[in-house]
Amino acid sequence: MFTEELLDKSSTMRKKWEDEVKKTVAKHADQKEKWTTVSDLEIKRLYGPEDIKNMDFEKDIGYPGQYPYLRGNQVTGYRGKYWTFRMFAGMGSAEETNNRWHYLLNSGQTGLSTAFDFPTLMGYDTDSPKARGECGKCGVAIDTIDDFFALIKGIPLANITTSMTINPPATALWAMYCAAAEIQGIPLTQIGGTIQNDMLKEFIAQKTLMCPPEPSVKLISDTVEFGTKYVPRWNTISISGYHIREAGATAVQELAFTLRDGMEYVEDVIKRKGLHVDEFAPRLSFFFNSHIDFFEEIAKLRAARRIWAKAMRERYGSTDERSWWMRFHTQTAGCSLTAQQPYNNVIRTATEALAAVLGGTQSLHTNSLDEVLCLPSDHAVQIALRTQQIIAEETGVINTIDPLAGSYFVEALTNEMEEKAWDYIHKIDDMGGMVKAIEKGFPQMEISDAAYKYQRQIDSGEKVMIGINKYNTDEDVEIPFLEIDDSVEKEQIDRLNAVRRKRDSRKVRECLDDIRTACKKGENVMPYCIEAVKSYCSVQEICDVYREVYGEYRDPGMY
Amino acid sequence: MADRKIRILLAKPGLDGHDRGARVLARTFRDAGFEVIYTGCHQTPEQIVGAAIQEDVDMVGLSCLSGAHRYLFPAVAQQLQEQGAADITVVGGGIIPEQDMQPLYDAGLKALFTPGATLDSIVDWINENIKPRV
Repeated sequence: MFTEELLDKSSTMRKKWEDEVKKTVAKHADQKEKWTTVSDLEIKRLYGPEDIKNMDFEKDIGYPGQYPYLRGNQVTGYRGKYWTFRMFAGMGSAEETNNRWHYLLNSGQTGLSTAFDFPTLMGYDTDSPKARGECGKCGVAIDTIDDFFALIKGIPLANITTSMTINPPATALWAMYCAAAEIQGIPLTQIGGTIQNDMLKEFIAQKTLMCPPEPSVKLISDTVEFGTKYVPRWNTISISGYHIREAGATAVQELAFTLRDGMEYVEDVIKRKGLHVDEFAPRLSFFFNSHIDFFEEIAKLRAARRIWAKAMRERYGSTDERSWWMRFHTQTAGCSLTAQQPYNNVIRTATEALAAVLGGTQSLHTNSLDEVLCLPSDHAVQIALRTQQIIAEETGVINTIDPLAGSYFVEALTNEMEEKAWDYIHKIDDMGGMVKAIEKGFPQMEISDAAYKYQRQIDSGEKVMIGINKYNTDEDVEIPFLEIDDSVEKEQIDRLNAVRRKRDSRKVRECLDDIRTACKKGENVMPYCIEAVKSYCSVQEICDVYREVYGEYRDPGMY
Repeated sequence: MADRKIRILLAKPGLDGHDRGARVLARTFRDAGFEVIYTGCHQTPEQIVGAAIQEDVDMVGLSCLSGAHRYLFPAVAQQLQEQGAADITVVGGGIIPEQDMQPLYDAGLKALFTPGATLDSIVDWINENIKPRV
């Protein structure tokens, strides 16, 4: 990166500065001995040319839209198009969520993102004994396509992209979207969106569980194959680090486990479906967390793009540059927010959102100040959305592409994140891949260690959270509280029963039998799921077939 | 015979998968010298009560962050009473709004730990309030 002459000069000047530092510290000690990121990565007092002298400009940095995409996928950065303002929303009944969606679209949101309630997420209907008390609490309840029609009422499916955070029952919910489009006369080639559909991180972190890892990956590969052939604008997986981080992982762990999960899916689709990597890799998408440590997050996101580009080209022999682009959504860190002094959360979220933008995200959700306590109110959501709009349209940070490139610190930290991530990736390779590593409990226990250490650091005051362990107040701040009434559960059960009475139950049985046969034969389940949801099969009925054929996975409760 | 240690069942009732808090507490309790049984996620109240009785625990700790605590916590407390195990103390933790607290205490929960509770404060509460049964 630099001439020998410059490095010599820098070295001489650095010695002089270091002497001054010693003298100053002797007189005025630093406020603390060790300075670390939120992930406990030690940061030096100063970075200089010597920290990035081994970088190769062409190989390691380059230009936007060029390999290794450190500086972003888009040739024109955010000048051509801002990131997608995509607020995650879902609560109560399908009608309530539909109202929130229209509210957000009217407020300038540019993409939709669906939060489902726990029964839907786990593949249970609202009237399952396991679902008692959960209906509509953490998202919208969807049992059959009847609910889905209410959810998408007035939403132009051909023009707007919709993200659905759904994992074990992803085939069933995506089938509803596809079926709804077909019924509205919109060809599948026109619809666009994302299903999260990333089960590996469920075993690692989020724990919405259904079947064991191996068949779970098979169902995911079915969706990738179906999307590749029939729904080419759909992102069939959103390989997610968000939940891994929220479970307590460090930034490096989030980066490494997420990318290794991505590699596992790539390998499975190639092996199981016989597709060439470049047939499907352009539709793989990612989802990261943006935590409170500003530069660590920027470095993580920049490193993620470079690792993925290298992996696709060198590990999988991809020759299509669209496969090399890592496209990702980002959400600010829920776990960085505090129930105490909740208005401070606006500042945290703004900082995290800025890091996501400087890291080059394509899509962003900003948490609302009240999300630590409850589902967000309309007003709190609007502040969160405005945070993105202020960053995009007022601050000027998007005037130039990747403005932090070339910073000694940011480049050195980006390199460090990448090196440490590859160490983990290779370790998991040595274990035989991510499914095997999960079976051993490796990523789970690494995250447990990090979460425990962090909580101890918070309790001891070594790491600061304002309002938790510093600048505490006794003042009780009242914020408007959005609550989901328990009556939603009863209404949803009534609605489900009405659908059950109206539908053709013989057709339902036939459709479920077809899915069962497809599972047993190892065929792609997607076409059968689309038929099944059109016949009003419920999410649980489809998932029960999976549980019956593939077995049920139970959380082993590691700690 | 040496003093029996305090035995705790930590459980995640319902469908909520947010287990960071429960897992951090499981380690904390182990390090504090308690005997810990952690059920993992997605337990029904029936399963939790069955495990509590079978494992002969002194305390059941419930963690729920989904909002379903209003149904699930009282269900566990009530079933313990019905099964003649009312002497097992039930405590809970998670995102529990102020207005939900009194009904939960009325249902038989002895303590509720919400965001900001330190690990040591929870351990101290247990040491003060839970006596290992002989």
